[in-house]
Amino acid sequence: MANIIEVAHLTKRFGDFEAVSDVSFSVAAGDIFALLGPNGAGKSTTIKMLTTLLHPSEGVIRIDEHDPVTDSDAVRHSFGIVFQDPSLDEDLTALENLELHGALYGVPAGTLRKRIDELLALVELADRKDSFVRDFSGGMKRRLEIARGLLHHPKIIFLDEPTLGLDPQTRNHLWHYVEQLNANEGITVFFTTHYMEEVERTARHVAIVDHGKLVAQGTTESLKAETGTARLEDAFLALTGSSIREEAGSATDRMRSHYQMRHGSRR
Amino acid sequence: MTKAIYIMWLREVKRFIRSKSRIVGALGQPLLFLVALGYGLGPVFQKAGQGNYLEFIAPGIIGMSIIFTAIFNGMQVIWDRQFGFLKETLVAPVSRLAIMFGRTLGGATVAALQGTLVLCIAVAAGFRPLWVGVVPAIIVMLLIALLFSALGITVASKLRDMQGFQLIMNFLVMPLFFLSGALFPLNNVPKALLIVAQFDPLSYGVDALRHFLIGAGTFSLATDFGVLVVVSAVFLFLGARFFSQIEI
Repeated sequence: MANIIEVAHLTKRFGDFEAVSDVSFSVAAGDIFALLGPNGAGKSTTIKMLTTLLHPSEGVIRIDEHDPVTDSDAVRHSFGIVFQDPSLDEDLTALENLELHGALYGVPAGTLRKRIDELLALVELADRKDSFVRDFSGGMKRRLEIARGLLHHPKIIFLDEPTLGLDPQTRNHLWHYVEQLNANEGITVFFTTHYMEEVERTARHVAIVDHGKLVAQGTTESLKAETGTARLEDAFLALTGSSIREEAGSATDRMRSHYQMRHGSRR
Repeated sequence: MTKAIYIMWLREVKRFIRSKSRIVGALGQPLLFLVALGYGLGPVFQKAGQGNYLEFIAPGIIGMSIIFTAIFNGMQVIWDRQFGFLKETLVAPVSRLAIMFGRTLGGATVAALQGTLVLCIAVAAGFRPLWVGVVPAIIVMLLIALLFSALGITVASKLRDMQGFQLIMNFLVMPLFFLSGALFPLNNVPKALLIVAQFDPLSYGVDALRHFLIGAGTFSLATDFGVLVVVSAVFLFLGARFFSQIEI
């Protein structure tokens, strides 16, 4: 099957800090792909570059054969995204958030209504569509964001730690929707998470990054075989070591301090 | 493109209409100014031979409520950044120009609406405008609102968090208001103050409102409109530029 995501020698520098260095991988159309790594490893920076929010310092990206830098609109049409932090308008209702998304993505009014109903049913929010998002629980917001990310029939969905802070029930449901979408609509799923059991359950291919570099890729089985471990969690620790990484600061922190250096502190 | 502009406009208007506390809060201050200054300083103003002070400041207070609402609305970009919604609009396959333009138009509509409400309050407080001037005055309100919405977005696109907000209020919004001739006639002020006021776009907005609502003004209407249109265009351009450069 053709690759829907191609990444070659991808590098992103903030000042003299290299958040992502020389990373290459590819994702086949219809695959469920997990990008793993400790905090600050460069996962979010990579997703931001794949989704046109950041420009790479070096390297080439192809999303559905388009370049996110030169052809950002085509790329933006091809994917949906659930960000690490919520990105809904809390002062609008669930339905209004979806309608806004539909308008921004140019979903024809005729099909929009049907698609909204279909997706709200999938994420079990049909009866809450006229409620304000600010009254939603964390799990409900996540489900709504997934519905929103799928509204414009994207070929790829990016999920950046979609289950962070959710209870096991919600997490279970969420992965169930994702598997269903992958099976029924053939959508390619690209996700990050720190929960290894989610990876073992859902992902067909895995790439692990650490300190901005790609340290391993393959299937969950091949990674376990490679490291001689029985669980993916152990394979992950074997590949990335067991020291805590917070001291390096996340890429966002780095970006922020670099930004402040360039533009002066705004305090 | 037009659909995106419309939906972003609609969002601003919906949010405004729904936040009753914001509307009431934004009306309280102008009312206080009208009553305290209009009636409090009125006798002094009259004794100085300048006529009815309430009539004089009503257009100024309308200008005040517009600039506050418009800039505040433009600054909402910072809230959207903090609450994450900004990302949703930044990854959409729509030019950032359309997003920025829709937001600006929405903010301008809301601020002009607020200005119209203040006009009603002023009438209730005893202000008697030239009724033929009301419709053109609302057009002026829209223009003032457009200018300061764009200014708000221009500034907000460069700020990362709310900490700069107080700074903007104290060093931008307040001076723009107080130095504009909203509260005092520019005819007899010291030269230095007049020069400063001439660099303040709100001076021309308030002046145009006075032309239409009370039939008096310092500058010519052509000057007022010329300045408002040119400065609006400049801030729309800058705002669009800075907004499109936002990185998350």
